[in-house]
Amino acid sequence: MTTVDLPPKSAEEIPPKTPAARLPDTGHEWDGIRELDNPLPRWWLWTWYACILWAIGYWIVMPAWPLVSGYTTGVLDYSQRAVVEQKIARNIEAQSVYLKQISAKSLAEIRADPELLSFSMAGGRSAFAVNCSQCHGSGAQGAVGYPNLNDDAWLWGGKLDQIAYTIRHGIRNGSDDARVSEMPAFGRDELLEPAQIRDVVEYVVSLSGRQARAAAVERGAAIFAEQCAACHGETGKGNQEFGAPNLTDSIWLYGGDRATLQETIHNSRRGVMPGWQDRLTPETIKQLTVFVHSLGGGQ
Amino acid sequence: MAPKDHSGQTHNAGDPSVIERIDVDPVNAPARRPLYEKRRKIFPRKASGQFRKVKWIILAATLGIYYVLPWIRWDRGPNSPDQAVLVDFPTQRFYFFFIEIWPQEIYFVTGLLILAALILFLITSIAGRVWCGYTCPQTVWTDLFIWVERLIEGDRNARIRLNDAPWTAAKIRKRVMKHAAWLAIAVCTGGAWVFYFADAPTLAPQLLQFDAPMVSYVFIGVLTFTTYMLAGHAREQVCTYMCPWPRIQGAMLDQHSLLVTYRAWRGEPRGAHKKGESWDGRGDCIDCNSCVAVCPMGIDIRDGEQLECINCALCIDACDDIMDKVGRPRGLIAYDTVAGLETQTAGAASRPKLFRPRTILYAVLISLVGIIMLVALLSRSDTELTVLRDRNPLFVQLSNGDVRNGYTVKILNKQREPRVYELSLQGLAGADLTIIGLNNRTVKVDSDRLRSIRVHVTAPGAGAPVSDFHLVATEKHTGAVFRHATTFRRAR
Repeated sequence: MTTVDLPPKSAEEIPPKTPAARLPDTGHEWDGIRELDNPLPRWWLWTWYACILWAIGYWIVMPAWPLVSGYTTGVLDYSQRAVVEQKIARNIEAQSVYLKQISAKSLAEIRADPELLSFSMAGGRSAFAVNCSQCHGSGAQGAVGYPNLNDDAWLWGGKLDQIAYTIRHGIRNGSDDARVSEMPAFGRDELLEPAQIRDVVEYVVSLSGRQARAAAVERGAAIFAEQCAACHGETGKGNQEFGAPNLTDSIWLYGGDRATLQETIHNSRRGVMPGWQDRLTPETIKQLTVFVHSLGGGQ
Repeated sequence: MAPKDHSGQTHNAGDPSVIERIDVDPVNAPARRPLYEKRRKIFPRKASGQFRKVKWIILAATLGIYYVLPWIRWDRGPNSPDQAVLVDFPTQRFYFFFIEIWPQEIYFVTGLLILAALILFLITSIAGRVWCGYTCPQTVWTDLFIWVERLIEGDRNARIRLNDAPWTAAKIRKRVMKHAAWLAIAVCTGGAWVFYFADAPTLAPQLLQFDAPMVSYVFIGVLTFTTYMLAGHAREQVCTYMCPWPRIQGAMLDQHSLLVTYRAWRGEPRGAHKKGESWDGRGDCIDCNSCVAVCPMGIDIRDGEQLECINCALCIDACDDIMDKVGRPRGLIAYDTVAGLETQTAGAASRPKLFRPRTILYAVLISLVGIIMLVALLSRSDTELTVLRDRNPLFVQLSNGDVRNGYTVKILNKQREPRVYELSLQGLAGADLTIIGLNNRTVKVDSDRLRSIRVHVTAPGAGAPVSDFHLVATEKHTGAVFRHATTFRRAR
């Protein structure tokens, strides 16, 4: 910063030289700030004309104006929808590399291949959300009567092939290959007396390690051995061939309390699941199988 | 504009006693103006002096950095680009010497931009439009283009004569040469730009053999066009009409900001001066118009602060030169403040006031952002562990009475070599951990990759509904431990 040693002029001698003070204005003034009336640069005007020309050109080549039904499509025939469809087609093309492998390989091989596994998990998750989550829940957590697929209890088996079969053919849906079993309605069909049913309930309660009346348990055990053990097994551990649940564990499809058990024995339970082999591609079913198997309970 | 006779306008360099008035008008002279006005051509005369020297150095430095930077190599080991500065879109990485930025770390770039903005604010509030006058690409490239123009067509008067001359072969030759040179610079400008986005030594021969990706040529084309138009033809129009920054920086200036200023108290009343005449009763300004002639914006600094002025200080050099010749002190035009000017007009010496609330605020903000950035950069780990708890289902009841929770664990390995991590649990009694798809608890993560795995944690069914614990990843080679806090849930 240089300061200069010169006799200063008095303030009056310095004329107001700012151009703004001398320039014409529009007459608009706000708090001492004047709106000057400067000419616009001419190139700006030309740019504006060029923009107008561009817009007209755009109307001609691109979709632009709405009509009564539809719109002007433009000479380039561009459509965002067509672009999206192309992208989808490209992605399907890209997926086909994996889908071919999935089609060719066994479930165990898919399970063992990290790349195919992660592809199947993603594909299975999305197929599950569309087709299965209505009953089994968006997290495959199940509901009363609809099994939780995350846990380690399986009615019809938790091995890859068993899961695939269940998805393909379903359960008790009337088709020839569907998994089928019938639990008798012991009360409704008067196979057992109400008192006998109460005794069996006590025995079943005792099977999962809970407190039960000893006398009733003893009577119930005898009835169980006669009526139930054929499917549920002598020790009550169930049998996946008949879809008979394990009665000794902590998982109950319909509920493990006495009232629910009584209702189950009285009326029987017959859960139904559709078969998917006619609705989903074999590749999708394989991906779903791997996905369900990986949820945590796969055997 | 009346036709002018341009002959004999330059001051005679050989005889310092004769300094003639140059016939030049400021472009924003208060004449009657039409609604739309054609751009008036500006023919800046060559200036020389300390500020011109500084501007040449900055020009060389900034253009040098711009053109050379992509060619600097930086060894990062195998499977990584060895370009010091590279924006790698396909692999989504930004390399800057020793730093490698991943997409999720874009906040470093954000922080850098905030820091740059704040530094710009501080500099502007202290020294005015330094950015505009010295370092703005528009200024630098315009300066370069004017230099080329002067080299081919000559200085101001020669250029004016050429402009007014009829289209002779000589004029056509000069014009073709000039525009060819401009276009060559413009192509190089666009060419340098694309090297920041690909391996430069690979791309360069591809570009020459017309074998490079189309996008490279598109960007070179766009930047060639903008450089040629903005630096060659639009020039001061960009600063006056297009750029928003001059309007914004009005908010940073106050009466203590240094601006290129004509010291009217010293200069007025102005008028022609003959050697030997007394300086009494008159100002130091001899009204030679040198300051207007050198101005790349084509304005008259003596009209006071104007929005067109980019504070390039070339008028200071021009005026200092004249003051030396007429034997008056330098600094009739100088960096000064509005407050300083008032003080000087009243007859006192002035000093610029550096510490003002706004400069202190800007400095504090710069330190704050700088410290945050530094801490973030230093605490940056080459492994990142993220744990996302399943929300659906919250927990799974298992047949043996245990409860299981699911987690998605993401391990990010920024190292140059693959790493193996062993997962374990900390602070969850009786719990067990399994990784889906793996038979053990070790996870290999490839170099420069993110690996996402599913983890199941199983614990006894009896316990608190919510238990806090840590998921721990131990790097096998170095033993480095990475922990992530999460929760385990059971039925209420």
